Amino acid sequence: MIGDLFSFLTSSIFEGFLTASMRLAIPIMLAAIGGIYNERAGISNIGMEGFMIVGSLTGFVVSYYSGSVWIGILAAIFLGILLGLIMGYFEITLKVNQVVFGISLNLFCVGLTSFLFRIIFGITSNSPRITPLPTIVIPILSKIPVIGPILFQQTALAYITYILVLITAIIMYRSAWGMNIIAAGENPEAAETMGVDVIRTRYYSIIISGVLCSIGGAFLSTASTGLFVQNMTAGRGYIALAILVIGRWDPFGVFIAALLFGAADALQLRTQLFNFDIPYQFLVMLPYILCMVVMIFFSKSSRAPAALGEPYDRGGKKSEI
Amino acid sequence: MFNKADNHNIELEFKKQRRAETLTAAGSSIGAVILALIIGAVIIRLLGVNPFDAYRALIDGAFGTKNSIAETLLRAVPLAITGIGITAAFRASIFNVGAEGQLYLGATSAVCVGLAFPTLHPAILLPLMAIAGMITGALWGGIAVLLKLKFNANEMINTIMMNYIAIYFVSWLVHGPIQQPGSPLGQTAGLSDNAILPIILKQTRLHIGFIITLLMVLLTGFLIYRTVWGYQIRVTGKNMFASQAAGIKVKWVFLSSMLFSGAMAGLAGFFEAAGIQHRMIENISSGYGYTAIVVALLGQLNPFGVLLAAILFGGLQIGASTMETAVGVPASAVTLIQYLIVILFIGRKAFSLIIQQMKKNRKVAA
Repeated sequence: MIGDLFSFLTSSIFEGFLTASMRLAIPIMLAAIGGIYNERAGISNIGMEGFMIVGSLTGFVVSYYSGSVWIGILAAIFLGILLGLIMGYFEITLKVNQVVFGISLNLFCVGLTSFLFRIIFGITSNSPRITPLPTIVIPILSKIPVIGPILFQQTALAYITYILVLITAIIMYRSAWGMNIIAAGENPEAAETMGVDVIRTRYYSIIISGVLCSIGGAFLSTASTGLFVQNMTAGRGYIALAILVIGRWDPFGVFIAALLFGAADALQLRTQLFNFDIPYQFLVMLPYILCMVVMIFFSKSSRAPAALGEPYDRGGKKSEI
Repeated sequence: MFNKADNHNIELEFKKQRRAETLTAAGSSIGAVILALIIGAVIIRLLGVNPFDAYRALIDGAFGTKNSIAETLLRAVPLAITGIGITAAFRASIFNVGAEGQLYLGATSAVCVGLAFPTLHPAILLPLMAIAGMITGALWGGIAVLLKLKFNANEMINTIMMNYIAIYFVSWLVHGPIQQPGSPLGQTAGLSDNAILPIILKQTRLHIGFIITLLMVLLTGFLIYRTVWGYQIRVTGKNMFASQAAGIKVKWVFLSSMLFSGAMAGLAGFFEAAGIQHRMIENISSGYGYTAIVVALLGQLNPFGVLLAAILFGGLQIGASTMETAVGVPASAVTLIQYLIVILFIGRKAFSLIIQQMKKNRKVAA
C-alpha cells in the first residue's frame, strides 16, 4: 500500500504535474509578490495584468533580437520601472481613481502589445520562437519525493523567484524600510509625522511592483513557452490580485496560494491530454472557478491595509475621486 | 430665510455653475480625443504613412457613405447600451468589468428563446428574447455583487473571472448541446425570420436596436438624474458611509446598479445575435464589454456623453478596416488610439498641474 503510494508519487506522470504546477505558478507569484509592496504601501495596482503583458512582449522581442533571454528579461525590468513610474504619477501625484485607471491601463496595454507584435513581426503563419530558459535540475535536492520536482527542477528564473519571496519577507518584517511601507499603507498621516516620506515610499513600492509584474509576464514568454501570443496573460494579473487577498499580503502566504493555482492550472492542462470525456472548456474554466471559490473563503477574514486605495495628500485634505 | 426671488436666483446660479462644469468636462473629453489623434498621427507617420491620408481613409470608411454611417451606428449600439449599464454600476462604485461575459450569456439565452419559439409573432417573440437576455445578464452580474455583500469578495476580480467562465461555457454550448446539427462551426442554427430585428434603413444592416438604444439612453439619463434611485446611486458612489448614515439601503443600491448593468449587457448581446449574426456564434463580441468601459469613462459616466463616445468609437472601429486596406496601417493602431484617449482623459489633471508649475517657475524667475 505504502509502496504503491510511493511509486505513484515518484512516477514520471505525477512528477511532471508537480514541476508544471510550479512553472505555472511563478508568473502569478511574481506579480503577487510585487503586489505586496504597493498594496502594503497603500496604493492598489489593478494594472498588473497590463504590466505582465508588456513584460511578456518586451522579454520576448528583446530575447528574439538579442539572442539572450537574460537581456530580454533585463529589458522587461526596464519597462516595469517605466510602467511603475507612470502608474505612480497617475495614482500618487495625480490621485486619479485607482480602480478606473488600473482597468483602463490593462486594456491599453493589451491593445499596445497586440499592435506592436503585429508591427514587429507582421502577419506570419508560423509564429516566431525563441529558445526558452533551460531547466536546471539541482542535484540531490531534486530527488526528494514531491518537494524535489516542485522546487528543484525549475528554470533559473524560478530559483530567483524563491529568493525574491525570502527577500520580500525580510524587507517586510525585519527592515526599517518595510516598516515604513506598512506604516504608509496603514496610517499615512501618522507615518508622515514619524518622518516617513509617504509619497516617496509609495513611488518606490509601485516601481518594485511594476518590475516584478513585468518579470512575471516575461517568464510566460521566455521561460515557460518561448513564444508570444496576443493576450497570453489571460487574466493572470487579476488572479494575482486575488492571490494577494488569499495569501493575506504575506510573502509565504502568496507563495502557497500561487502554487495552489499553478497546481489547478497544471491539473486542467494534464487532464486535457488524457482525453477524458470532460469537454475542454470546463477544464480551462477550472482556475477561474477556483479563484472565485477560494476568494469566498478568504475575503471575509483577510484584512487589507487600512489606507489601501486612498490617495494621500500632504496638506491633509481628502482629494476627490 | 430666503424669499422666493432669492431662491430663484440661487437656482439660476446653480444651473449656470452646472452648465459651466458640463462644458469643462466635455472640453476635457474632446481634448483627450484630439491629443490621442495627434499621437496616433505621429505613430502612423513612423510607420511611413502620411497621417492625413490615413485619417481621411478612416473618416471616409466611418462616415463616407450611407452604408458606412449605418455600420458606424450599428457598432455604436452594443458599446452605448453596455456603456450606459456600466455607467450606472461605476456611479455606484460597483466596478463591473464583467459586461463581456454578461453579453455572451445574454445573447445565448435570447437566441435559445428565439430558437424555441420560431413561429411566435415577432411583436411577442422579440420582447421575450430581449427579456431573456436581460435577465440572464442581470443574474450573472448579480452573482458578483451577492458575493461582495455576503463574503466581502472583490466584485472587480470576480466579474473578470466570470467573463472567462461565461465565454468558455458559451463555447461549450455552441459546440455541444445547442450546436447547429451537422455544422462543424461553433454556432447555433439560424434564427427564424420572426426572431430577427427589423431593419430601419433600407439597403443597410441598421436595425431597430439603434432606436431602442437611443430610448434607453434617454431612460437611463432620466433614471440617473431625475429619480430617487439615481440619486441614491450617485450619493453611494461618492460616499458610501454618508449615504448609509442618511438611511440609504447601500446593499440594495449596489445590487440594483449591477442588475441594471448586467441587463444592459444582456440586451446588447440580444441585439448582436438577433440584429447582426441572426444566430449565436462563438465570438459574438469582439471585446465590446471591455471597450464599453472606456466608452463609459470617456462619456464621463453621463448617458448622453456615453452615446457620443460610443458613436465616436464605433466610427473609429469601422473606419479602421478601411484605413487598413487603403493605406496599410493596421486596424489595431485604432484600438491603441481608443485606449490612449481614455488614459489621456484620466490623466487630464496633469495638464493643469504642469501649467501651475510653469506659472510658479515664472514667478520665481521674476
